[in-house]
Amino acid sequence: MSSTFEQIANIIAETCDIPRDTIKPESHAIDDLGIDSLDFLDIAFAIDKAFGIKMPLEKWTQEVNDGKATTEQYFVLKNLADRIDELVAAKNAGTGTASGS
Amino acid sequence: MQLEYFQLIDRIVDLNIDDKTIVVEADVPQTNTIFEGHFPGHPIMPGVLLTEAMAQSSGWLLLGLMKFERMPFLAMIKEAKMRGFVNPGEVLTIDAKVEHEGSGFAVTSAQVRVGKELKCNAELTFRHIPFPHPDLRVHMDAMAKKIGFPLQALAHD
Repeated sequence: MSSTFEQIANIIAETCDIPRDTIKPESHAIDDLGIDSLDFLDIAFAIDKAFGIKMPLEKWTQEVNDGKATTEQYFVLKNLADRIDELVAAKNAGTGTASGS
Repeated sequence: MQLEYFQLIDRIVDLNIDDKTIVVEADVPQTNTIFEGHFPGHPIMPGVLLTEAMAQSSGWLLLGLMKFERMPFLAMIKEAKMRGFVNPGEVLTIDAKVEHEGSGFAVTSAQVRVGKELKCNAELTFRHIPFPHPDLRVHMDAMAKKIGFPLQALAHD
């Protein structure tokens, strides 16, 4: 099975028509790859479906707006992969909702 | 259907909160200035308005699922296919179904039929936010009453 990062990178490449080899674990989805909020909705839809989760985008956005988190924590792809792994683990453990919100 | 006000839905026929589906009807007017230009001698319902009708149908479904606490706004249209002409005076039956509920967004699929004939379908994505102005909420409540939105369907949680 491919890694979470590999799956995310493939989704981004396909959804946003970005060359796959330019998408790195260190890439920031917004700052480096130029993904806007609408495209990110499409990516979120694909990720939610692929992993069977509900990424808490509103919660993350609120945390960034409130200064409680940085965009890097959620939008650098290796970090996004970690967040997704956490959501999947929470879902598999049956600890409440997979959304965290 | 009041095209001048972009009010495309006339009646809610069925709303199933558990299945996340809705069926609505819309009466295409027999005459309208739109048909004078679209097209002379061959009046048909514009595809953008059929797409809007699918969006509004999906919107009522999402409003129901969110208990009128948030307002959905159309964000993305995918795979919109206009499969046949819709003529003045015809009655549209529009089905919509929620395909995915994300965080702050939702994806629906919708289709328009005249009788049994499929006229168009699309996948639609909506962002939803708390009502941005109280007037909009008042308007949506009034519209819900007008088109027979089954508010009792929301009370069975």
